[in-house]
Amino acid sequence: MKDSNAGVKRFRVMINFLGPFMGLLLVILIFALLPEVQDRFLRLGNFKSVATQSVIVALGALGMTFVIISGGIDLSVASSIALASCVTAYVINAGLSPWLGLVLGVLTGGVVGLVNGLLITSLRVVPFIITLGMMGIARGVAKWMAGNQKIDAPITWVNELMTRSPSPGWLLVAPGVWLMILFAVITAAVLRYTVFGRHVFAIGSNEATARLCGIRTNRAKVFIYALAGLFCGLSGVMQFSRLTVGDPTVAVGLELDIIASVVIGGGSLNGGQGSILGSMIGVFIMSFLRNGCTMMGWPNYIQEIIIGFIIVVAVSLDQFRYRREA
Amino acid sequence: MESIIKDFGATRALDGVSFDLRRGEAHALLGENGAGKSTLIKILSGAIRADGGAMRLDGKPYAPAGPLESRRTGISVIYQELTLAPHLTVEENIMLGREDHRCGWLRRRVMKERVRRALSLVHHGEIGLATPVRRLGVASRQIVEIARALAEDAKILVMDEPTSSLSGEDARRLFEIIRSLKARGVGIIYISHFLEEVQQVADRFTVLRDGKMAGEGEIAANSLDVIIRMMVGGEVKGLFPRDGHSVGEIALEVQALKGKGMAAAVELSLRRGEILGVAGLIGSGRTELLRTIFGLDRLETGTVRVAKTGTLHGGPGPRIAAGLGYLSEDRQGEGLALNQSVVDNLTLSRFSPFVRFGWLSLSRQRKAGWEWIRRMNIKARSPLQEVAHLSGGNQQKVALARLLHQNAEIFLLDEPTRGIDIGSKSQIYELMSGLAREGKSVLFVSSYFPELLGVCDRIAVFHRGQLVETRPAAGWTEESLLAAATTGRTAAER
Repeated sequence: MKDSNAGVKRFRVMINFLGPFMGLLLVILIFALLPEVQDRFLRLGNFKSVATQSVIVALGALGMTFVIISGGIDLSVASSIALASCVTAYVINAGLSPWLGLVLGVLTGGVVGLVNGLLITSLRVVPFIITLGMMGIARGVAKWMAGNQKIDAPITWVNELMTRSPSPGWLLVAPGVWLMILFAVITAAVLRYTVFGRHVFAIGSNEATARLCGIRTNRAKVFIYALAGLFCGLSGVMQFSRLTVGDPTVAVGLELDIIASVVIGGGSLNGGQGSILGSMIGVFIMSFLRNGCTMMGWPNYIQEIIIGFIIVVAVSLDQFRYRREA
Repeated sequence: MESIIKDFGATRALDGVSFDLRRGEAHALLGENGAGKSTLIKILSGAIRADGGAMRLDGKPYAPAGPLESRRTGISVIYQELTLAPHLTVEENIMLGREDHRCGWLRRRVMKERVRRALSLVHHGEIGLATPVRRLGVASRQIVEIARALAEDAKILVMDEPTSSLSGEDARRLFEIIRSLKARGVGIIYISHFLEEVQQVADRFTVLRDGKMAGEGEIAANSLDVIIRMMVGGEVKGLFPRDGHSVGEIALEVQALKGKGMAAAVELSLRRGEILGVAGLIGSGRTELLRTIFGLDRLETGTVRVAKTGTLHGGPGPRIAAGLGYLSEDRQGEGLALNQSVVDNLTLSRFSPFVRFGWLSLSRQRKAGWEWIRRMNIKARSPLQEVAHLSGGNQQKVALARLLHQNAEIFLLDEPTRGIDIGSKSQIYELMSGLAREGKSVLFVSSYFPELLGVCDRIAVFHRGQLVETRPAAGWTEESLLAAATTGRTAAER
């Protein structure tokens, strides 16, 4: 009996994982079958560039997955990315070490997240409002710091992080892509195999229960938002690396892409549900769609409409599956 | 309803069940959890369709297409979880979905009159029409719910566990309302786990067991034992285990404790191997007492001392470490993380046996899950099943198993048997007395006096945030407990 149950469970896990994965395959398949773009779309180089384009959203989505599983939301991520990219540019432009630029950029995001967490837990205002406020604040600070224009910076190895032709050649893809994969594996393991990961799920599922079981929910939440912030910081550094300038107006609206990725990948805004693998698949569904649409020469608004549909369809499929299980 | 059959996949949930209700009678529908009561009610209310059998209403064939139609024909169901909108007022709730209007504009005066008439039937002048429902207590909310049914001229009223969250006084008021409804010719189907109150309120009864008819008859002509035997399908040994556990030295000492919702400081001590009952109406401060001891509510004055580790400080975390275990009265809202697995819920307060350097061993955790499922006789498919899919009794066992898993020495149990079937109840009584035998201590809060009298060594009574008196259980009767809980005075003082 035990074995058959384990089997059923394994099957369910497969389905849960396969759901978004099938979506991704479907998207790839559609463009692979369209004769106009077929050969260009299926080229290895194209897959590489899609992977590189996904890095910025993906890093943000890693942190956002923790936030959403814990029942929260973070609207300030895109502003935080822009701020971090400006900080990195500023430091490098000032002639300081690129390493320092990278570290300070990442920490900038961490500080934004930390402040989010502290405000949410101490003021007891819902995350939506606090991070909506922070979205404006971080964006404003970035523009202020940059004097309302782009911050130029000399080319350094930091710009190599997001290059399409990495050196040495055996890297195959940009170092940023490897960083993304590395952190995805680490965060997935943390969510599944650590006490902290369990606490994140418990807080999102029922915060009162978590409290009653002796979990220090406030401390955990501050940690979750700070962690999400650090990933935004890293994402901001990647943003700088790609543009080679610090642009305070970059990534406007990106928070919605990041949230959408997590949600397409099975994250529930009610908390207690979601996975890193799902979120990553969500990121790639959107990247491939953008890539394919651009190749087809379809205008931007078509992409927006399609992605809008995908979000609605993905989440309603998820709900449908959940209700069938119950 | 005649020979009703309902299948869910391969399982037959109802098998040839017949049920009839006369005007102006209260008919109790009895059975353990999973016996098919709710399925029968869902068919009656049109929420699901029967796979066989027929229904007649006032002699005419009746086959509701959905809940809306059954409500129009005069069948109202009041569910265990009340279904009122908390932000709307009493009046708005009662008229919700059938507002009087002219071209979309509300006819406020007409509506107010209808609401007033409906409320007056349940004689409750003290509920203000403009009060938002969230400000009302559970009992008043239930009255509003009944008034809502009456406002649409319900002929049949189904009440599913109406007293499960009411205190004795409020329950008696509800029974009065039921009697007056009966006098008006309303037929009432009454579902309850509390057989004593069924005896008070119902005229006839039907017992379901495993989806089949297990018996029916007049309440007056059958003793409680007979009905219980029908429900469980055989002889039950005494519901309450009577065994000699010996009471040892003091384990928990509460001195001059005052917290939120408590009117006066409380002195209380709990010994090893002792089950101390806490009786009182809802809102009398008993739940607040437990929450303050456990560090969930802020302690205003006083101290809580555990013999082993000394005075307690901080939140639930340090209290759990000191050997306290708390079972919330709100199982679904607070006690359990419903969309998480059985094993995660079970081990949430103590992961340490499965952890090395912060990393969990999922296989060892799962093994512990199987172990608890077996030991507590939890009906779950696997430790990975979501808790939401278990029945109330099994959910409660998961919540209790968590306290055992965290190696609690002092158990603070708030309404551990509320809304669960008799089988699980007797298992929980057995568990409590087993804990006492092992030298552990139990603080047992309940609104149901017979179980307090049956299980406890001593019983403390609360009234309006004050401790009235603590006596050995043998020194109390159901009547004296009720008197102390409702008046705040003991027999000697009156």
